[in-house]
Amino acid sequence: MSDLAPSELAKVRAILGREPNQTETGIFTVMWSEHCSYKSSRLHLKKLPTRSERVLVGPGENAGIIDIGQGYAIAFKIESHNHPSFIEPFQGAATGVGGILRDIFTMGARPIAVLDAIRFGPLDDPECGDRNRRILEGVVEGISHYGNCFGVPTIGGETVFERCYNGNPLVNVFALGVFRHDEIFFGRASGIGNPVIYVGAKTGRDGIHGASMASAEFTEESKQKRPNVQVGDPFMEKLLLEACIEAMHTGAVVGIQDMGAAGLTCSTCEMGSRAETGVEIDLARVPQRESGMTPYEIMLSESQERMLLVAEKGREEEVFAVFRKWGLDAVTIGEVTGDGKLRVKDHGVVVAEIPNRELADEAPLYDRPHGVPPYRPAPMDAPDIPRSLDLNSNLLELLASGDLCSKRWIWQQYDQSVRTNTLQGPGGDAAIVRIKETGTSVAMSVDGNGRYCSLSPREGARLLVAECCRNLSAVGALPVAATNNLNFGNPERPEIMAQLVEAIEGIAEACKHFETPITGGNVSLYNETLGEAIWPTPVMGIVGLLKTAPPVTIPFRGEGRAVLLLGGLGTVDATRFGGTQYAKVVLNKMWGLPPALDMDYEKSVHTAIREVIAQGLAESSHDVGDGGLAVALSESCAEGIGASISLDTSLRPEFALFHEGPSRILVSTSQPEAVEKIARDNKIECLRLGVTMKERLQIGHNSDTWVDCRVERLREVWENALENLLNPISVG
Amino acid sequence: MRFGVVVFPGSNCDHDAWYAVSHNLGHQAEFIWHDSTSLGNADAVILPGGFSYGDYLRCGAIAKFSPVMTAIKKFAQDGGLVLGICNGFQILVESGLLPGALLRNRQLRFVCRPVTLRVETTSTPFTSAATKGQLIKVPVAHGEGCYFADQRTLDTLEAEDRVVMRYLDNPNGSLRDIAGICNEGRNVMGMMPHPERASDPLLGSTDGRVVLESMVRSLVAAHA
Repeated sequence: MSDLAPSELAKVRAILGREPNQTETGIFTVMWSEHCSYKSSRLHLKKLPTRSERVLVGPGENAGIIDIGQGYAIAFKIESHNHPSFIEPFQGAATGVGGILRDIFTMGARPIAVLDAIRFGPLDDPECGDRNRRILEGVVEGISHYGNCFGVPTIGGETVFERCYNGNPLVNVFALGVFRHDEIFFGRASGIGNPVIYVGAKTGRDGIHGASMASAEFTEESKQKRPNVQVGDPFMEKLLLEACIEAMHTGAVVGIQDMGAAGLTCSTCEMGSRAETGVEIDLARVPQRESGMTPYEIMLSESQERMLLVAEKGREEEVFAVFRKWGLDAVTIGEVTGDGKLRVKDHGVVVAEIPNRELADEAPLYDRPHGVPPYRPAPMDAPDIPRSLDLNSNLLELLASGDLCSKRWIWQQYDQSVRTNTLQGPGGDAAIVRIKETGTSVAMSVDGNGRYCSLSPREGARLLVAECCRNLSAVGALPVAATNNLNFGNPERPEIMAQLVEAIEGIAEACKHFETPITGGNVSLYNETLGEAIWPTPVMGIVGLLKTAPPVTIPFRGEGRAVLLLGGLGTVDATRFGGTQYAKVVLNKMWGLPPALDMDYEKSVHTAIREVIAQGLAESSHDVGDGGLAVALSESCAEGIGASISLDTSLRPEFALFHEGPSRILVSTSQPEAVEKIARDNKIECLRLGVTMKERLQIGHNSDTWVDCRVERLREVWENALENLLNPISVG
Repeated sequence: MRFGVVVFPGSNCDHDAWYAVSHNLGHQAEFIWHDSTSLGNADAVILPGGFSYGDYLRCGAIAKFSPVMTAIKKFAQDGGLVLGICNGFQILVESGLLPGALLRNRQLRFVCRPVTLRVETTSTPFTSAATKGQLIKVPVAHGEGCYFADQRTLDTLEAEDRVVMRYLDNPNGSLRDIAGICNEGRNVMGMMPHPERASDPLLGSTDGRVVLESMVRSLVAAHA
């Protein structure tokens, strides 16, 4: 448990002018935990761009909000539930979904999409494979259980396997909701004398100190922290959603905030701090599930599916009536005061009294040392890269690998089509939901690249933003805003802190360049087990806007179409090949640097593909990403149409087929000249690679055949790989 | 025509059914709250998908005791059209309006994907606009959709032409690939797949509309 540091305790004494009691110490400990206060990252998060004409609400609220036109707005955010998901995968992941959904509807928005970025140790790891499989199955079932019952479609994300996640899986959940501008609510306890109302599930002893647990490294004792993981009830959450939105529509609600990390503590002091008011509550009135709970336990409980709201005095009954209709507890537990203090009473006796602003906003701020090079897990120099003996089997091996194979086994467990808005579900470059009310749609891309970031946090972070924006552009959407989830190790180690600083600066540079301000997010530090940190793993969620129309998808749709590569073949050298999936899967090595990125060129490629799609020229469109061109071509063959491709390049075949240089998008079209013109206008390369045909994918170079495979075979290998990895044939 | 869409607290496809009827088909649709004892002036009723009361017990086991189900039983007895989709099918089975049971999917996992169904009979008000043997592509999304009944019940259903739809690629282990059945009076149908999710050209398939269109056609004929 991360207790208050001596300097922090001194600050507490200075604020209170006395010794804190046990309850107050608990309150300060959770509010000043890394998880709630961002004390190690805040200084650097300020470098992120946060504004644009579209941003209605930036960082600091429960979720960021951007304008999508016609009086409508979207709220979105990404959050991690890494530590709980390792201790108890099913409930950890389920409550991760629950938490982020509450962040969205506490602002007044109805959630319409969830995406998840999940990372595990390899499923075939000799030592941890069994456990990794169990964690994956639990996490997927948890997400499925919660999202499906709640009634929000889970429509995308990513699943990645690396050894660094063996002892520390990552579960990052992104959610997005929609509402009208005049339906936006804030977590503010305004209006002295207004009642403070507790709604939703009863408070129990579950999750006490969850926020502090999430701010500590894993040790052998962590397994004893299972009681710190909360238990989720998606049906309760669904009731809470409907009741809260209905209550908001009465006009009697002044402010509202969910009780997430640090529960009642966080919601009371943050609402007071934002409104510059005080909040006084009496714990005797808090609905409780267990008897004999102490003030400390009630204040720090992280029981799920609870909200705190402030209503207009005299109109409480309108709020209560709505909650009665939905069968939920709604109790006045206190009132807004004018003295700026969080005053907690128990049966009328004051048990804690702390100034809200100091507690919520004056947490310690650390400039952690980072004046060393970021820690690198791999050498810089390239090894001897042997000549491939069989490019065909290399391709099949890549398609069967954990990172690249189809994740159908996972996403078929998620309800992808509830709410009948899903235009593009899992498996596309970006997910798309339509907004019924506006005739426009929202595209979303959630991505991370720990491998690149471990080689260079700054370059990896830039590539990550570029990739998300490319994914969005590949479906015709204009990227407009972003949220990020920074998953790192122990910031008290300078070589880890350096990773964090470099990655944040990389994100800042790229988000400025691609005009996607960050509207909020989450920082998850201390992702270490027994002293071994995960790779630096920032995860981005970027949203884009487009007109509602049938989506342009990845697979080739007809024979005899021209296959074009917008952006060209790109370049690579041995050093920049060390972070590729080919290096990982085929060579079992890692070295050097991530692919080189020219952000200006990248942006021109995005503009060009959006124009190609807007003019209706693309029959299919697919971003070239992990695994390189050969993998992107194979994925484009997923619905049975193949292609005959001829590459004119001086690169060696392994590089030409499998390098992961950015700024490339595959397009099939019956009007290649029109596409080429758009490329010329945008001053980017556009190569005619070949033509689509039935049944086979052939990739050649002059008279050599590099790849020749039946499309059906590619699909089988790609689609069945994950199930095979999850059900290994037992030997012996 | 006026459709009533029942809303249990945990219904989450209520809005989808409402939207398909009102926007995709252009008919009237109104919500009916679960503790209502009347169905208003609905010509037909849809029990939508979702998790009625959380369904932590058997799906639909609590919903059968809700006030609205008393009204629906009466409505069905009087010949009113009742369509149960997914959770709605589970509730109809629990309420005894349809025979059999819906068990956990054989693979023990939730499954959401498009499936191909064969329309086995057109002599129901839910499939009268279809052709016998017609193949329709409609998504499923459920954890407990494995249709089960004893041998004799299954034989009776077949003999009485009450198996309305079958899966071509059974996603859940349902006996005899059953995806949807109707009652003896043929005015109550339950199906696990979601026709309301395949009623809008933007969503990739409009094959599900045939179910709602058949209902409209039957209602028009009855009113004529």
